[in-house]
Formats: sequence, C-alpha cells, structure tokens
Amino acid sequence: MKLKPEDLNKIRERMKSTSRLREAEGKAKINVHLGTCGIASGAREILHTFLELVEASGADDVLVTTSGCAGLCKREPMATIEIAGQAPVKYVDLTPEKVKKVFEEHIKGGTVVKEYALAVGSERLG
Amino acid sequence: MGNYRFNLLVCAGTGCVSNNAFKVKAALEKEIEKHKLQEEIQVISTGCNGFCANGPIMVVKPDDIFYQLLTEEDIPGLVEEHFLKGRPVEKLMYTPAKDEHPIPKMSDIPFFGKQQLIALSNRGLIDPENIDEYIALGGYQALAKVLTKMTPEQVIEEIQTAGLRGRGGAGFPTGKKWEFCRNALVSEDSSAPGNNGNSPSAADKYIICNADEGDPGAFMDRSIVESDPHALLEGMLIGAYAIGATHGFIYIRGEYPLALERLTQALEQAREYGLLGDEILGTGFSFDISVSKGAGAFVCGEETSLIGSLEGKLPEPRVRPPYPAQSGYMGKPTNINNVETWANVPHIINRGAAWFSSIGTETSKGTKVFSLVGKVNNTGLVEVPMGITMREIVFDIGGGIPDGKKFKAVQTGGPSGGCIPESLLDTPVDYESLVQAGSIMGSGGMIVMDEGNCMVEVARYFVSFTQQESCGKCTPCREGTWHMLNILENISQGKGQEGDIELLEKMGRYIKETALCGLGNTAPNPVLTTIRYFRNEYEAHIREKRCPAGVCKALITYSIDPENCTGCTACAKNCPVACISGERKQTHVINQEKCIKCGMCYSVCNFDAVRVR
Repeated sequence: MKLKPEDLNKIRERMKSTSRLREAEGKAKINVHLGTCGIASGAREILHTFLELVEASGADDVLVTTSGCAGLCKREPMATIEIAGQAPVKYVDLTPEKVKKVFEEHIKGGTVVKEYALAVGSERLG
Repeated sequence: MGNYRFNLLVCAGTGCVSNNAFKVKAALEKEIEKHKLQEEIQVISTGCNGFCANGPIMVVKPDDIFYQLLTEEDIPGLVEEHFLKGRPVEKLMYTPAKDEHPIPKMSDIPFFGKQQLIALSNRGLIDPENIDEYIALGGYQALAKVLTKMTPEQVIEEIQTAGLRGRGGAGFPTGKKWEFCRNALVSEDSSAPGNNGNSPSAADKYIICNADEGDPGAFMDRSIVESDPHALLEGMLIGAYAIGATHGFIYIRGEYPLALERLTQALEQAREYGLLGDEILGTGFSFDISVSKGAGAFVCGEETSLIGSLEGKLPEPRVRPPYPAQSGYMGKPTNINNVETWANVPHIINRGAAWFSSIGTETSKGTKVFSLVGKVNNTGLVEVPMGITMREIVFDIGGGIPDGKKFKAVQTGGPSGGCIPESLLDTPVDYESLVQAGSIMGSGGMIVMDEGNCMVEVARYFVSFTQQESCGKCTPCREGTWHMLNILENISQGKGQEGDIELLEKMGRYIKETALCGLGNTAPNPVLTTIRYFRNEYEAHIREKRCPAGVCKALITYSIDPENCTGCTACAKNCPVACISGERKQTHVINQEKCIKCGMCYSVCNFDAVRVR
C-alpha cells in the first residue's frame, strides 16, 4: 500500500490500541530490550521464556514485543512490563528464573517484584 | 504562577504531543472559556514529564493532582467536575501504590534523570522491526510536513536556525552544509574528478549517511540504527528533499549485523508504504536509498575516503577543496552526515528550530549521544543536553568509578580525541570547550580511566591504532605516527631518553598541521593531551624508569610482602610459569628471573600481599 499524508494518521489511530493498552482492560505488555548488548547477555532466552510462559498460561491478553537497547547496557538483559493504566516498570539483570517470578507475581498477580525492578515510569524526552 | 486558582500544566513533550496533547490543551482552553473560568485558571505547556507512556499528562497545581491518558472527549466532563464543581475526577488520575520503600521513578535515578532524549527518543519504546510502531509515535509526520507545506529553502532555513551541527565529530553547521550542496552547480563534464565513466545522469546530487562508526568503544550510531532505523531514514528523506538529491547511500560497518538486518528491513517496509521510491506520499518527490557495507577501515569514517570506497576505489582521502558539496560521489555534489545528525532532523521539523535551539549552549545546540565505557559503574548509552559537565556524566549518570578507585581521566572522541584530567571535569560538553581542553567532541565515544591506567600506555595504545589505520597516502601521518609510536614504545619499555617528550610534542604539532585528513590531523591528540596533563608520568618513565600506575611491564616488578603473606599457596598454584616458591604457611618468594609480569599472583592474592613496583 502506498501511503498518502493522511494515511499516517490512520495508522496512528489503528496502532493506539496496541501501543497504549488503553482499550481492553487487564492487558499487559512485555517489552524485551533486544539490542546487541541485550542479546549478548542473553535477552533472547528471556524473550523465549516469556513467550513460553504466556503460551503455557493460555493468556490471550498479554502482548510480548521487542525493542532496542534501553541505554543501561551494564544491566542487560532488561525488560519493561506495562500493565494497562499503570506506569511501566523496568526489570534488570534478568534470568529465566527471575522471569518466571516476574510473570507469576507482576503480570498475573499485579504485584511488582521489587527486588528485580530498577525503576517505574519512562524517560525524559526532548 | 500568578494569582490563578488553578494552574494546569499540560505536558508538551514529544511523547504527549504525539498522543494529541495539543488537542487536549485546545479543548481545555475552550471549555474553560465556556464556563468563564479563564480569569481563575491558567493553562500552561510544560516540557516532558517523564511518564511518556501515560500521556497526554496534566498536573493540576497547587493540589498536584496528576491526570493521565487524557483525550479531547474527557475534557468537558473534567472541567465541569473538577474546576467548576471542585470534585477531582478519580478515574482519570494516576495514583501510585502507597509503599514505604517505593521503587524509584526513572527520573529519580540519575542515570536516566539527567538524560534528555531526542535522537534516542524511541529507544526501548518501539519495535524497530515494525514501521507502524514508528508511525504510531508520530513517525514520518515531519516528512509529510516538509513535502506538503515547506519549500526546500524553508527546510534548510529551519535546520540553520535550529543550530544543528554535525554529530560525526567536526561539528560543521548542518544547514550550511545542506545549503552548499543545494546551491552547487551540477557538473555536466563526464571527466569530472571521481567520474569513472558509467556516469549517472547529469542532474544527480547525492546524500550519504556515514554509519561507519570506527572508534574503539563507540556504539552510538549502531544503537540508533538498531532501535529506531526509521528516524534515520526520515532524516535522510527530509535532507534529500531540501538538497535536491535523487539517491542516498548508507555506508555502514560490516561488523554490525543486527543494525544491518534492521536497516534492510526498515528500507523494505518504507518502500512498501511508498515512503521511498517514486512519488513519495503521493507528491512529486522521488528518492531511494541503498546500503553499502564497510570493510572495517577506520579511515572510511573520513568523508572523502568513504566516498572513494563507495565508488569502488581505495579508501584514501583526497585534498579539499573541492569539497564533496561541489564534487563528491561520482564527481557530483554530495552531502554527507552521520547517523545521529540525520536522526535529529525529523524532531527539529516537528517541533521547530526555536525548541531545538533552546536546548544546549550558545554555540552547541541540542543534545549529544555518548557511549560511556571504561572504568565507570554504569556503562551504557546516554543522551545529554549540550553544556552538561563531564563531572555530571561520569559521576551522576555514570555512577562514578568502580571498586572505590580514583578517577584519572576521561577520553572523548576515540583515538582522535584527548584525555581530560580531573581538574577539567567541570568543563561543559560543547564543541569549543572540548577543543580548548585539547580534545574533540568526536562522534561520542567516552572512555573513563582510573588510577590504574598508565597514561603513557594509553597514548601508546591509541597511536598504535591510528598508525595501523593510517592509509599511507600522506607522509606526515604515515611516517609521523610510526615514529611517535616508536618513541612511545621505547618510553614504556624503559628506553626513553631526555628530549623524547619535547620531540613528541614537536612531531604532534607538525602532524596536526600537515596531515591530509582528519585521521592524521587528530592522531597526535592522545599524546599531546597526556603530555599536557600527565607530564610527570612520562618523566617518571624516562628518568626514574618507573611506571607510577604499575602497568608497563618492563618497568614493574612483583614481590611478596612477608608481613601480609599467610602462605596460602594461591599465588604459587596460579602462576603460569611456576616461578613462585614457598612451603605451606610460609612466606612465598617470586623468582624475578622467570617472572613474566602477568599479574596473576596480584589478582588471586586475598591478603594484599603482592606488591607492584
């Protein structure tokens, strides 16, 4: 499809539901940071563990996605977990075991796993 | 904030604006007027709040009520309930869970709090492999704006007014560079320099993205391409329109497989959407981009060498003028900018030159991305406003030096940069101040060194790098760096002589002045700055045959302190040449004849009994 300028806004509208998690309640988004630094420290395994857990739990309202380096390369692998309507939480130094706990307690249970969490919120833009 | 009953702070950061913060603000003003509250309530736009994921955001002062995820539709009810009837609307509020030891907010963590993201604004937020996510956060809006509402001259004017300067190192004003290329006459002569006969059409102009990030320890450009490839493409598209270019090249390091993969994917997706190719966005503008892989030659970061490499020739710099803007790729006018420069362009178009030039210092506007590495706690990728001090970067963002060691120097600009000592840590980061300190902004490598680093060794390492990477075309660089390296090797092996320091200084000055390209012009910087700030270390090596940091092998000896040695045998067991002897629970001794000074005994000793001298 070749876009016209007005089509950009249509894509923005269509993407809002997935990028902002606002429409459907109870949705969660798992964003694994898959830059070179993340991959080198095992982020693919983290991604696969999340995918397996989502599949095993049968949850159809949890979105797993990826993005680039989150900046703090030293603390990779990192993932950002966002429950609809709440501020995103960044987890650092993840291992498959930690992922299991985060999935059970934060994504399913709604309680942030404080000992693995670095911070809540997002970065300062522009 | 005046004598208003309420001040409404509406976030106008990029994140909130792309989620329609301006519409929310307009709706607020309209409703407030409708209820005749404009004398009591003021609506103010603010900079980014940090909670971008929940934008648009509004803070109500003085009560500090925090509304999030606002839409135009929410506003009439909100104004009526809260500002007219005095009942804050709970369902629109964000209330963090009450907790004695809450998890810190991103903005409370100095590593993130002191950063300001423009070029990296989508990092960690979008899936770089999905163009729709880029568009969802306002991507390609700047392109649509320039193609439908701006003339090329207006675009160049905007970039000039913004004060954007090249992020590849030299800091040349980007708008000026674009203007030279736009105004350059296209040569009709097929024998023009650089034209090899299979000539493109006479009207062609080219743009190039330099993604051949060669500095050891630098990964800014790689990260931008990996996490937000479309920002680079959009910047290039806008530049091509402004300059009148018909084709673009991205010259990227072959050693960046992931960046290359995501870039290739982004190009395909952009083509599919008609954002590259013929009649982009249904307008008369046509442009495409091809990717060319570098083969690991440092000199290809220099623009004329890079162009040579693109043309299939030896990557050697050539004399300028003519500049690439007059005669570049295939002898045609060519504009070349680095990844970070291009990635800044869409933001300037979207938010305006005034916004961009409000960030930074008098002469250096906007932000700069650095890769922070070396002896620092928080290694990573940081984007900071120009004018921030080195101290803030190393100690606040970087979290200081590991293992309680003392800071010694920070090297900016990679092998072409200089070492900045503790006394200059409060230097603001901008192009001019760094040059004054003997270094350069460079592309953004930042290597932190502690007391365990020998500055002679640091200079030797960087000169050995530039010496190996020297293309050999001009004598000052080819011969000069080789001789400098020889002298530095002699000094670090204890064979330094009186007069060596002065000779290095003299050669450094000559090479800087006479070398053909940026590689040679900057190669002496690490030597000259280490001599300038750490001359005593050079003198100790030459006169006392001593390496104060305990690094240069020829000048150090390892010995065991009988006071501390417990005879645990750890050193003897780990010594690779078995030169340590001693009975269990007895003091051990190192045989200096056989010792290879590998430092293993020093690392494994738990009792601080191994001495380095």
